[in-house]
Amino acid sequence: MAHSIDASFTALPLRALADAALARARALGAHHADFRFERVRSAAWRLRDAKPSGSSDTTDLGYAVRVVHGGAWGFASGVDMTMDAAARVAGQAVAMAKLSAQVIAAAGSDERVELAHEPVHADKTWISSYRINPFEVADEEKTALLAEWSARLLAASGVAHVDASLLTVQENKFYADTAGTVTTQQRVRLHPQVSAVAVDETTGEFDSMRTIAPPAGRGWEYLTGTGWDWEGELERIPELLAEKMRAPSVEAGRYDLVVDPSNLWLTIHESIGHATELDRALGYEAAYAGTSFATFDQLGKLEYGASMMNVTGDRTAEHGLATVGYDDEGVKAQSWDLIKGGTLVGYQTDRRIAKLTGLGRSNGCAYADSPGHVPVQRMANVSLQPVAGGLSTEDLIGGVERGIYVVGDRSWSIDMQRYNFQFTGQRFFRIENGRLAGQLRDVAYQATTTDFWGSMEQVGGPQTYVLGGAFNCGKAQPGQVAAVSHGCPTALFRGVDILNTNQEAGR
Amino acid sequence: MSRSSKPYEIVERALELSSTDGCMVIADEQSSANLRWAGNALTTNGVTRGRTLTVIATVDGAQGTASGVVSRSAVTADELEPLVRAAESAARKSDPAEDAQPLVGDAEPTVGFRDAPAETSSAVFARFAPALGEAFARARAGGRELYGFANHEMTSTYLGTSTGLRLRHDQPNGTLELNAKSPDRSRSAWAGVATRDFQDVDLADLDAELAQRLGWAERRIELPAGRYETLLPPTAVADLLIYQLWSAAARDAAEGRTVFSKPGGGTRVGETLSPLPLRLRSDPHEPGLESAPFVIAHSSGDDASVFDNGLPLSATDWVRGGRLEHLVTTRHSAGLTGLPVAPGAGNLILDGGNGRSLEEMVAATTGRALLLTCLWYIREVDPATLLLTGLTRDGVYLVEGGEVVGAVNNFRFNESPVDLLSRATEAGRTQKTLPREWGDWFTRAAMPALRVPDFNMSSVSRGV
Repeated sequence: MAHSIDASFTALPLRALADAALARARALGAHHADFRFERVRSAAWRLRDAKPSGSSDTTDLGYAVRVVHGGAWGFASGVDMTMDAAARVAGQAVAMAKLSAQVIAAAGSDERVELAHEPVHADKTWISSYRINPFEVADEEKTALLAEWSARLLAASGVAHVDASLLTVQENKFYADTAGTVTTQQRVRLHPQVSAVAVDETTGEFDSMRTIAPPAGRGWEYLTGTGWDWEGELERIPELLAEKMRAPSVEAGRYDLVVDPSNLWLTIHESIGHATELDRALGYEAAYAGTSFATFDQLGKLEYGASMMNVTGDRTAEHGLATVGYDDEGVKAQSWDLIKGGTLVGYQTDRRIAKLTGLGRSNGCAYADSPGHVPVQRMANVSLQPVAGGLSTEDLIGGVERGIYVVGDRSWSIDMQRYNFQFTGQRFFRIENGRLAGQLRDVAYQATTTDFWGSMEQVGGPQTYVLGGAFNCGKAQPGQVAAVSHGCPTALFRGVDILNTNQEAGR
Repeated sequence: MSRSSKPYEIVERALELSSTDGCMVIADEQSSANLRWAGNALTTNGVTRGRTLTVIATVDGAQGTASGVVSRSAVTADELEPLVRAAESAARKSDPAEDAQPLVGDAEPTVGFRDAPAETSSAVFARFAPALGEAFARARAGGRELYGFANHEMTSTYLGTSTGLRLRHDQPNGTLELNAKSPDRSRSAWAGVATRDFQDVDLADLDAELAQRLGWAERRIELPAGRYETLLPPTAVADLLIYQLWSAAARDAAEGRTVFSKPGGGTRVGETLSPLPLRLRSDPHEPGLESAPFVIAHSSGDDASVFDNGLPLSATDWVRGGRLEHLVTTRHSAGLTGLPVAPGAGNLILDGGNGRSLEEMVAATTGRALLLTCLWYIREVDPATLLLTGLTRDGVYLVEGGEVVGAVNNFRFNESPVDLLSRATEAGRTQKTLPREWGDWFTRAAMPALRVPDFNMSSVSRGV
């Protein structure tokens, strides 16, 4: 369904404020200035055992001016909708650039900010792909659906509690810069989750089973049958949870793993997505999120993983959470290779990093999560490509004598250079002689990035490909969150370390 | 409505516009200034101003009271009434809220409720910014690279309710994180401080400490995974115990789904968690760590309720004498669990140690121990044991015979803070500290260092 940009957004004095801010920045000597007006509406509902336990409806609205002045960055933001106020914010941004220049000079540095060239995109609009804007659906319809799902699970044997939640976002951005690019965009996304809890009151043991439906750049239709089989998944959860409660604790050791896309997306996010952010690799996140083992000198050389490993960065994937028409520096969305045939061949960049490293044009990875934040280099949709004609999940399992099939994400952690990681999941199925043989509990897998991807023996076909993702990827200081998708097929890994989390806890 | 409009007037006007059974209005006036740097050079900076207005409308019905919560930033005069109506509409269309309680009343108005909000600006860095430039120059000359972030925020919160509450709280919040690396980035050291105004920040002292630590790391020692006697510095203890506090919702425990659940039903309140006489507490009036003295809840959740807005907060012992004393409750969850009302507060303090500084604990180490700098990427592995995983970062040092003898590789750990309290053999002197992992959300902490005889370093991390 074709949509137009929300009229209540375009009715705001976007261009007038931009003109006032950019004119003031120019008059104060800024070499470059960009103006970004954002309205981000986020609404959330939580139900506990089918009863409302919290809701919120938050709209963040304002604008930001970023300048390059005297070779230094300056940034300021404001909320007052007057031309004078916008010009004043531009002045504050220039003042911050001057403060930066003083500090840089005091340090004896000659570093100057320069930006990679980008063609001018004048008066462009872009809207993400969805059918029904969730903000046009009555709130009571949303909570009724969550309550009905919760009640259905609560009625099942062995389910003690059910937590259900829905988060919906509509993001509107207007961008203008001194080069002449002007873009107006609208994105919609949502994240539904349902989790069932079982409690054995005698032993005190408990466990949970959560839906594995990913967040999506879709509309309300996602909850009513388009893009995910909610009925099928909810029907299976009570039995899966009951089986998990009875499941034996895993024996620690090395296992072959068949990893479902519902789990593998997060491993990709942590070990490839963040590792191929060039600002990290260069040290611009060193004090906070960290750096990367995939340093710039290894471009075109680093053997990241097995030869069938092909990973792309993509800002154009339909329904992707990081999909845009233009990034927050006015760069048109693109798709490119990060890993090809197992070798590192690309990075994610913004305009400054692209210029600094001589890579030419930025591939459009600048993003700010709110009008009060400066755009930073953020992740594109980073996805592992399936193999044409590749195996089904069943066939991949069929090739394993003793192993574990991992489904759904749960706990995740990786070191500050993206070597050492540990993940858990929602469901771990024992594989014996090519067949699933019931669930296991207390499982975590631990590996080093290149060892793990080097142990990938087979990549599934397009029929196994699923676009997973997250709403809440954190980066930068001040901290920002971004939504990002990761597509992948099911894949087979040989000889991965499995921990027993009970033993890790000293029990 | 321009920014010159007074927040209390906005609160009063929104309450006047309210037409439902109850209404709470929260105006948050926020300003911030920040500097960020990498490789001895400033990278980004910014100043921000913002206002968020939250309206919580309540509607009584035969089945109970429903609530509607709507927040907007940059609210204009034209948008004030639509905002109130949106909250009322949400309440009218909602099912009764499970956490519904009578709105809080009967509190004296805060002095200064009608005053303008407190603000920060780049001027807060007037002394710090030049010192930072000098630190860059000094680091460059000394063969070090400095990375880090300085941030100062001021939030003035105005709370008004239809039951007559008129409360205000000003919360300054400053943090400095300083990271030094050798030019080849094979050695790394970190220091962080929380501050209310940057007047007490001594950059030269911190830089000197980092230079010393990089010096320690010139001797590199490789150690395998395993269980080691470990000295956890205050920042690491804070990160672990903050997560424990976040996992201490009484209702979840009573329902049998947390580490604080008792097998067979009920909670572990009253159980001894540590043989040491430790006291874990929150106190909104703790000197230097002051936080809001009343509940400010923008939405309801497992450990907070919008209906408790304005409820006075007092000192609460979560653990006293090593014994679990309280779990986090709202008025609603207190009623459900039979536990006393104990809302969460904005600071966390662990005391009851022996008064030794970390340096004295190092000197008192008779055998071999690991001295950590901080923890990173902490995530929950198993809620039943509160098993957390994460990594050491920016310096693990080997202590032998009471002295640091070199730097060790980093590790991934798997540990539960609840279990650590039971195994710790020594707690040192409590001091203000900046939690490294959770510093984006929780900055007001005071902790001692802990000595743990068998900390579980699950695997080696090559990351530096």
